[in-house]
Amino acid sequence: MFSVGLTHYLVLSAILFSLGLFGVVTRRNAILVLMGIELILNSANINFIAFSHYGKLNIDGQLAAVFVIILAAAEAAVALAIVLNIYKTFQTVNVDEINKLKE
Amino acid sequence: MQMLDLIFYVFALLIIFSASVVVFAKNIIYSAFALLFTFFGVAAIYVLLTADFLAVTQLLIYVGGILVLMLFGVMLTHKLISVDIAVKPMRILPATIIIAMIAGTLIGIFTTTQWKSVESFNGNQIKTTTNLIGEAFLTAYLLPFEVASVVLLVALIGAALLARREKPKNNV
Repeated sequence: MFSVGLTHYLVLSAILFSLGLFGVVTRRNAILVLMGIELILNSANINFIAFSHYGKLNIDGQLAAVFVIILAAAEAAVALAIVLNIYKTFQTVNVDEINKLKE
Repeated sequence: MQMLDLIFYVFALLIIFSASVVVFAKNIIYSAFALLFTFFGVAAIYVLLTADFLAVTQLLIYVGGILVLMLFGVMLTHKLISVDIAVKPMRILPATIIIAMIAGTLIGIFTTTQWKSVESFNGNQIKTTTNLIGEAFLTAYLLPFEVASVVLLVALIGAALLARREKPKNNV
């Protein structure tokens, strides 16, 4: 029978990565750019865990995924603080309108 | 194994559909809520890959933490009364071409490579991974574990410092 293997998970993560990259490149809103980054990190995690399940990496792939999740949480907190500051300064969060480092 | 295939395809479709909504939706609120379904689908994929601890962590941190942060970010940076929530995308055509090329390359590489796939966990003897992860954190991965805790502390302080409302400086 046609059974789900390693390749299926890899293709799924490739699609998720491409969607996330598309969001990062095309969206104007800074928060939507952050959501695209989260999609990319999730696709990387799927890869790590798929290789840890189907390869000989027993638990190491899952540990890498744990660290990715930790860094994603830290990144989201700091990035949203920066976005809030940008909004306070410029009254917009559109990344194509913010082209000054300082008011 | 037929059942597992069906479950995989259902959740893969859920992930792809909701991720497309995140990327293509006009309304940013729809994007934020579609992200919820993407995270749930990814957690289900982790369960299929016998990573139970990771699935629960995904639910707790992504759905419980990051998604709530995103929703707060959406609500704090938009005037909800005036309708500027709808956002138009930019650079559609070049982005579509380049990202279609990237996706084609990735999928081509993934499907043509002869992976040596060894299923390390058999279906009969699925072990919980929490024990193994805890042991690895306190033995081989002790240094990254500690560094990650310091990183989280620094990020916490930094985010609080950045988001704090600045007081006007009084005369000294």
